Amino acid sequence: MAHYLLSVIEPVGPTPPAEFLEPIMARIGEVNAEIRAAGAWVYAGGLHGGETATMVLARDGDVVTTDGPFAEGKEHLGGISIVDAPDLDAALGWARKLVDASGLSIEVRPFRYSET
Amino acid sequence: MSTPGDAVERVFREQYGRAVAVLVRLLGDIDLAEEAVQEAFVTAVDRWPAAGVPPSPAGWIITTARNKAIDRLRREATRDARHAQSQLLHAPGRGLEEEDTVRDDQLRLVFTCCHPSLAPTAQVALALRLLGGLTTREIADAFLLPEATVAQRISRAKAKIRQARIPYRVPAAAELPERLPAVLAVVYLVFNEGYAASSGDTLVRPDLCADAVRLGRLLADLLPEQEEVVGLLALMLLTQARRPARTTADGRLVPLGEQDRAAWDAALVEEGQALVRWCLARDRPGPYQLQAAIAAVHSAARTGRDTDWAAILGLYDRLLALAPTPVVALNRAVALAEVAGPAAALAVVDRLELLGFHVLHAVRADLLRRLGRRGEAAQEYERAIALAGNAAERAFLQGRRAEAAAADE
Repeated sequence: MAHYLLSVIEPVGPTPPAEFLEPIMARIGEVNAEIRAAGAWVYAGGLHGGETATMVLARDGDVVTTDGPFAEGKEHLGGISIVDAPDLDAALGWARKLVDASGLSIEVRPFRYSET
Repeated sequence: MSTPGDAVERVFREQYGRAVAVLVRLLGDIDLAEEAVQEAFVTAVDRWPAAGVPPSPAGWIITTARNKAIDRLRREATRDARHAQSQLLHAPGRGLEEEDTVRDDQLRLVFTCCHPSLAPTAQVALALRLLGGLTTREIADAFLLPEATVAQRISRAKAKIRQARIPYRVPAAAELPERLPAVLAVVYLVFNEGYAASSGDTLVRPDLCADAVRLGRLLADLLPEQEEVVGLLALMLLTQARRPARTTADGRLVPLGEQDRAAWDAALVEEGQALVRWCLARDRPGPYQLQAAIAAVHSAARTGRDTDWAAILGLYDRLLALAPTPVVALNRAVALAEVAGPAAALAVVDRLELLGFHVLHAVRADLLRRLGRRGEAAQEYERAIALAGNAAERAFLQGRRAEAAAADE
């Protein structure tokens, strides 16, 4: 089994209204329950907007703290899921269900190593 | 007189992909599998000239490769992972060369090469390498790319297969509709690059066509109930059949309507037509089947003049409904010109957004010529010549332009 990072990419902008968001969150909840039931669950979480991000940078042998996300863009990282899957197709299967539920795009990447 | 050296060469062409596919199953690692198979062929070059070609060359290669892999893994057996792999190779009940197993191994590898998470360019290179046994240099030559570029694409794709754990498996029936088109597209891309090279001096690269047909046969063998797979094979066979008539002895291009049909490969025509009939009986037409059916109508005409253009136009109408692309619309317009005249076809062509595609300008030039609008025809030929990447196609268009100009005087 291997861990995969599922990065949820969402458009930058105001949070959609509750009547739009709630059914989506409910569907994502169902998929998450399915991932747990399959024993593939490691972790999942949503993020506040990029404006809440702080960068801690290595600069000339020093550590500097500054405002801002790492990169400005029309899309940003909205949340992550980590799943434990036997192969890429299995991880893509979970990603597909989350995409179906959320309407957002997801990048799937294998972990090089992990500590638990 | 074929020598053992020729035999190694031939066995390499025909069996490399099979051997790699079997070894990938046994080892679970593409690089190890390739190395073992290559070592086995090196040994064959040494041994066969003196000892003679073994009765089952493919079996010999696979067994030798397996032994080479065991040797290597033993040498590295201190490492746990290697040890586990070497145990795997000794596990009983793993057939090495039963025909069905080999086919399954190859099919798994085709789908691995064409996994949607690999870049399309990498899919083609990897399929040619692992299934067609082409060297990195041969693939680079075929696509006019630097060898380093191709080597990098292949090694990146292999690394992604390993690191992201792309599985060696045939997709479930439910996934086939999504996954199969990529596989068919790769095979057809290889065939087309061989049949009408996008650049270079010669029009045809026969080895690429042969590789694509071999992959197509393999797929049709492996997935006999998939109509589009059979359709693609039929399309390639019927197209391949025209090859002997497609160029003159000095390499000039002969258009379909003027080809000497006696020179077509009758066996390929017959085989392709039989496959098209099988498809028609199944009545689940897809784009490859429809293109194959069009090729079959062409192949049934004794001369260009006998062509049943109404049937071809009907097939193009169905193809356009399934695959509404400007290229299909352009091909349909060529058939329309035969049924309804060049003016009707020109009206269609003028609405297509394909400027910059040399075939569009060549077709438009031909329609203008037939309408007697020679000055405009000459200009269109100029545009087509400027855009054509292949020297044989350029020469053909230059000939047409000269004819149009001569008729003017």
